[in-house]
This record gives sequence, structure tokens and C-alpha cells, in this order.
Amino acid sequence: MTSIKRKILDADGVNRAITRISHEILEANKGIENLALVGIRTGGVDLARYLSKKIEEIEGSSIPIGIIDITLYRDDLSIATHHPIVGSTEIDFSIDDKNLVLVDDVLYTGRTVRAAMDALIDFGRPKAIMLAVLIDRGHRELPIKADFVGKNVPTSKNDVIKARLEGDLGVDIFISKDD
Amino acid sequence: MQLRNKDILGIKDLDRDEIELILDTAESLKWVSNRDIKKVPTLRGKTIINLFFEASTRTRTSFEIAGKRMSADVINISASSSSAVKGETLIDTAKNLQAMSPDIIVVRHGSSGAPQIISGAVKASVINAGDGCHEHPSQSLLDLLTIRQVKGQIEGLRIAIIGDIKHSRVARSNIYALTKMGAQVVVAGFPTLLPPEIEKMGASIRKTLDEAIIDADVIMMLRIQKERMTGPYFPTEREYSMLFGLNAKRLKSAKSDVTIMHPGPVNRGVEISPEVADGPYSVILEQVANGVAIRMALLYLLSGRKHEESRKEARDENNN
Repeated sequence: MTSIKRKILDADGVNRAITRISHEILEANKGIENLALVGIRTGGVDLARYLSKKIEEIEGSSIPIGIIDITLYRDDLSIATHHPIVGSTEIDFSIDDKNLVLVDDVLYTGRTVRAAMDALIDFGRPKAIMLAVLIDRGHRELPIKADFVGKNVPTSKNDVIKARLEGDLGVDIFISKDD
Repeated sequence: MQLRNKDILGIKDLDRDEIELILDTAESLKWVSNRDIKKVPTLRGKTIINLFFEASTRTRTSFEIAGKRMSADVINISASSSSAVKGETLIDTAKNLQAMSPDIIVVRHGSSGAPQIISGAVKASVINAGDGCHEHPSQSLLDLLTIRQVKGQIEGLRIAIIGDIKHSRVARSNIYALTKMGAQVVVAGFPTLLPPEIEKMGASIRKTLDEAIIDADVIMMLRIQKERMTGPYFPTEREYSMLFGLNAKRLKSAKSDVTIMHPGPVNRGVEISPEVADGPYSVILEQVANGVAIRMALLYLLSGRKHEESRKEARDENNN
């Protein structure tokens, strides 16, 4: 099976998407009061950092940011061939009554987001949970919808999307061409 | 990366990568115990049996809490309430438990090798929670985790293990574990309590407590295991304490950043004085807290393995 690579966002595109999503988050929440970001490990962590940096640039003060690892909440543990490696979860602020924005790089089946929401709710009772993603590639298997989207990209289930959020920013799609 | 075997019977069977996987997983699981809702759904539907033929507070509670924090169902069986008192053999007990389809059986037994025997008779994973004078792998792993947290790393450290080495499964597991991780181990204790084969395991013997602790980064004090002693190994507890008990005065000759550990239960005033056990260098209660994280990691890593082949082997052996 061969695959071809197509760039769907370059560094400027990623930066513009981050800027726009930051403004949208601030607009929807009327500022930064009670606002916090939680990046889903691993793809959402860097994006959450970019968003928090941008929000701080716009508003002049910082907001709490956490990292959540969803491994312990996955729905495929009983059928996986072996248990995946657990990453650390770092949420060192109370999420009670916070407006939380979950952050991930790519939204696909929605199963990761379901697991992340269950994990968050075991930390406390947020006022609201919103979802921000850089790429929405479709093929949802659960009733989940993002509130803030960088770019909607129609894909085939065989495609692989890779977002680079370190160094040379960009998002590539690897399209399989086997049939 | 996953564990190679279906069981955790001893540190001897683990390689360094597996030990590091267990430590890293435990580190990542600590947050579950540090929040209000101390439970994750990870092991829903898994059944864990704690089969304890010997007294235990820490280890049994720790395995039970670890299982419950991961949403597994945990059943406790102690020797006094088991059919062993009616004369059932160990293998029969194991096979009967297996018939109820547990996923993991945690075994403590006074005889070295008992968990191995159970492992051969069941499909479930077996974790050795201490067998006779042989091994106590989960205690050793929580000691490693504690050392790594306090010192940053294990490689290159010098660890002194003091006391009843002969009867200590903790000492054996720790000598295997620490040498695998690149630390140097020295041991000291009453000559009658130092088995000669200990040097073959990679530890070096020091004659006195002072010689052992002077350059140690970590001092592990061990309890005198009177319940395993068949004869007189030392004259009196008082004499033992004078020669190999750690107190504040003797601690002055140790490094200024030394760490004091003890696997518990502590015999205050015998192997360790209260002011040292409760003092600023002691991490005895951190060890207990880390025990839950280590056992959660073991349960998580073992129950995630698909070990159909090893299960089949166990079945074939049963049929032969």
C-alpha cells in the first residue's frame, strides 16, 4: 500500500486557526473569568499551550491549563491486545464551576473525547465543558460535536492525519492509494 | 512494551525494561489516589483474589485498595478462613479458585515457592505478595519507586540493607532489583543472619552497621523475622539493638542527605529507634503510599495481557 502526502495546513494556516479559535473561545465565554484549558494527551497538549499563550496575549493575563491522559477511561481496554502505556494527568487546579475547554489536535470517532469527559467529571463538577480541535476529520461514532474547529477536512477512514505542533508547524494528510 | 510473563513471581524474572515500565506506570497512576474521587473504571469486570496464608496489614490492604481504585472486584481469603484448615492442598485450593474464573490471584504464603506452584495450576495471573524467605516483588518495586522519587534516579546509588537478611524476602527482591537498576548494595547484620550466598546475588558484606552506613545514599532497615527463626540467632534483642539498631547517634556518621527506609512492620527500639523512624530522613510512610500506585500498575499491566499461549500451557500441564 502506497500513500501520498498532502499538506492541509501550513504554519501560517495553523497560526491563523489558533488565533481565530482563541478569539472564539473568549467571545463565547465573555472573557477569561472561570475559563480553563485541558489538553488531551498527547496530541492536544501542545495545541492547548498555543491557545493559552494566544489568549494571554489577547487578554493580558493567563488562564489555568491542565493535561489529561485518557488511557484509564478507554472503552477498548477489554479488547486491546495489551494495555497501552499510561501517561500522567496534571490538573492542579479545581475544575468545580469552571468553564473548561477540552483541546485535541484531531477529532475523529469521538471516543477519545467521551473518555476525556468521563475523566474530567471524576475530578469535579465543571460548569461547562467545550471542545476545541484543530482538525475535524468526520467519521464520528458517538454523538459528539466540537465547539471550536480550526478546519473541517473530509477524509477516508484509511487516511492518516498528522498534526505537527512543534517546530515546523503544519498538518499533513497521508492518503492511502491502494485501491 | 508489555510484561513478558503472565505472572509476577519475583524480581529475578523481570528485566530492567520491565521494571522501568512498572515504575513509570505507577508514577502515572498516582494522581488517582490524590483526588476526591479515587477511582477509575479501567478494570471493570476483572476479579482479583487476595489469597493470604500469612498475616499482613499493609500488603493485603494495599492490593485491595489498588484493585478497588481501578474498579476491579476484590475478594480476600485469609488462611484462618480458608479450607486449608480443613486439610485441602494448595493445588486443590488453587484449582477451585480458578474454577470461579478470577483474572489475578495475589498470593502470600509462608513457604518459598508456593506462588510458583499456584501459577502452574491456574490460568489467572499470579502475583507473589511474599513467599517464605524467597521474594516479595511488589515491596521491592515500591522501594525502587520511593528511591527514584527522593533521589531522582537509582543508578549509581549505594544502598545499605541492614538486619535479618537471612529470613528477608524483601532483602532478596531488593538485591535483585537494585543491582539490575545499576545501584550498589551492601548488607550488614548479625553474622548468623547473613547467608553466605548473598554475595553471589551481587551484594557485598560489611561487618558493622557503621561501616555499612557511612557512604550509603539509602539505608534500609529490616525487621527481625522471629516467626521464621527456628533457633537462637543472637543472644538478646538488647544486644542486637546495640550492634545493629539504627538510632540518632549512629546516624550522625551517615551522609547528610541519607534516606531511611523500612518495609514495615517496625519493631520500634529494636532495629530502629522511634526518633529515626519518625525523623526527617525517614520515608517509611511514602513507601506505603507508593505501594498502592505500584500495585495498581501491576494489576493494570497484568490484566491487559492477552496470554492465551501461557494459559493454554497451564491447561495442557493440568491435563497431563
